[in-house]
Amino acid sequence: MKVGVAAASALEALLSNPMRSLLTMLGIIIGVASVMTMMAIGEGARIQIDQQIASVGSNVLTMSPGNMSRGGRSFGGGSGKPFNEADVAAIRGLSIVDAASGTLSGGVTAVSDSANWATQVLGVDADYFTVQNWDAAEGRIFTAQEAGSGALVAVIGKTVADNLFPNGGALGQRIRLDGTPVEIIGLLGEKGTSGPFNRDDQVLVPLSLSRNRIVGGNKTVARHVNRVEILVQDGVDMEDAQTEIGDMMRERRRIQPGAEADFRMFSVADFIRARGEAMNTMGILLAFTAAVSLIVGGVGVMNIMLVSVTERTREIGLRMAIGARGGDILTQFLVEAVSLCAIGGLIGVVIGFGGALGAAAVGGWPAAVSPFIVGIAFGAAALVGLMFGFFPARRASRLDPIQALRHD
Amino acid sequence: MSAGDPPPALIACRDVTKVYRMGDQEVHALAGVTLDISAGEFVAIMGPSGSGKSSLMNLIGALDRPTSGEMWIAGRGLSQMSSDELADLRNETLGFVFQQFNLLPRQSALANVKLPLRYARTEVTDADARAAECLELVGLGDRMDHRPMQLSGGQQQRVAIARALVNKPRILLADEPTGALDTRTTEEIMGILTQLNRQGITIIVVTHESEVAEYASRQIHFRDGNIEVDSARPNAKRA
Repeated sequence: MKVGVAAASALEALLSNPMRSLLTMLGIIIGVASVMTMMAIGEGARIQIDQQIASVGSNVLTMSPGNMSRGGRSFGGGSGKPFNEADVAAIRGLSIVDAASGTLSGGVTAVSDSANWATQVLGVDADYFTVQNWDAAEGRIFTAQEAGSGALVAVIGKTVADNLFPNGGALGQRIRLDGTPVEIIGLLGEKGTSGPFNRDDQVLVPLSLSRNRIVGGNKTVARHVNRVEILVQDGVDMEDAQTEIGDMMRERRRIQPGAEADFRMFSVADFIRARGEAMNTMGILLAFTAAVSLIVGGVGVMNIMLVSVTERTREIGLRMAIGARGGDILTQFLVEAVSLCAIGGLIGVVIGFGGALGAAAVGGWPAAVSPFIVGIAFGAAALVGLMFGFFPARRASRLDPIQALRHD
Repeated sequence: MSAGDPPPALIACRDVTKVYRMGDQEVHALAGVTLDISAGEFVAIMGPSGSGKSSLMNLIGALDRPTSGEMWIAGRGLSQMSSDELADLRNETLGFVFQQFNLLPRQSALANVKLPLRYARTEVTDADARAAECLELVGLGDRMDHRPMQLSGGQQQRVAIARALVNKPRILLADEPTGALDTRTTEEIMGILTQLNRQGITIIVVTHESEVAEYASRQIHFRDGNIEVDSARPNAKRA
């Protein structure tokens, strides 16, 4: 007997009792929809993390003074002795380093003719734009010469531009940063947020300008910088790079061998990746929970198929009497169970699609529905039908035709 | 006759017994029946309930296997056949008519009649035409789209006969075919069976009604699992 014919009569059987079919499908529908939503959220999170990593660069190291703990006391990042521009130059001189920039940041109030905006000022070298793979969307970034001489120029992020110049036309305007006038020579391309930090909400100025006129100098270290952003050469292992840079810095800061360093290095990409793994584990857990509901739905299908076999015992007997083999009966009921689950799966996929979009819109979760996810969710439903339909179908196929015909 | 040679009769039973187990009691439904039915016969099997007539019907219908003894249908020994082969035999060689019609309630008459063709091992391309032809043969050419609920009992039984005929069987087995019908309709149904017999189909009817048995050219009476009387009736009632 052809499966197509079996599917047609299976549909007919399911439609003959639409309410029961629908209720039976409910478990499958919920299971498939939640499997799909969870997978879509997991996939969306993965994509978002990839994008974030791409936006910060996977071979960028950030070095900051201080360590999380020293001598049992916690200092936190940035609490140690700052670096200076000679350190930056030394790092830049390493063969494994493509570019390096010191940075010096501070809070600042930016004032335009019509508005003011509390934001962050970040003093950087021209190399900073290379390290961050960041360029001006409009205008230009400042040159190494401007950076070195502390020219009164600034490149501003989108959020800053939008708040200071709601009507646009920021390029070429003058703004004051805590009283220091600077000219906007460039508008940065959008970077979006990384963690809690909005990277579009900052004003980039030459490092020396930031130190001399805005953030201020350091009492103990001349020409100091807060952090060093380092672009490691492509193909160099990041662990090796950290070791090499770290060894050099220990020497420069005269740290005894064996003593703990008073600075630390981390890769933002690693940080994002680690957070992503946690999210991923969460997603897998949720998808697993959803799969359990799919199995519960399968038990419901098995139950109703057993009822159906009992109700239709006479029909089965008749079919056997007119020449149906055991295999034909098995196929018929198996196709019926699979059809039930497949239809439930289809509905579940549609609802799951909506759920994923809803989660993305309402919960702010990233969600991505791919054909792969749809395939997995739908395939899981069909598989459940096959697994849980088999037992009732086999029972039907093994009925004794004489007993079955006498059944009432 | 050597051991391997099948008997020439269309249906042959040799010392067939059937024993059922009911709790710890053994019920001997058939106690060694030997019987030949030739092609083209119209046989009525009669007897009180428990006499073994239904058991014999199930065996001839290849729905059951004997406890001992051997049976042949159309020259094939049933004991050597697998259950799939028995299913195919039922599909190709046998047609069944039941007392309760056993039609699928949600299907049209035409769809009911087509049902056996679905299980045919060789592909049937003209199923609709063949089913329609059979329905016309039983006088229901104008009721093909009706569901069983929309048909009278006699009409339903005629649909069932059409279903039994659709795969051109050599043998038609009818188990109390008129048990649920009134006298007039009984005559109608028996008329159709007589007509089919004239066209060469071997007909076996299990009945306890003597009016029905009147139509048969041979009556076999069962009692306690044995043949009591086996009589030819050359002047059988002709419809």
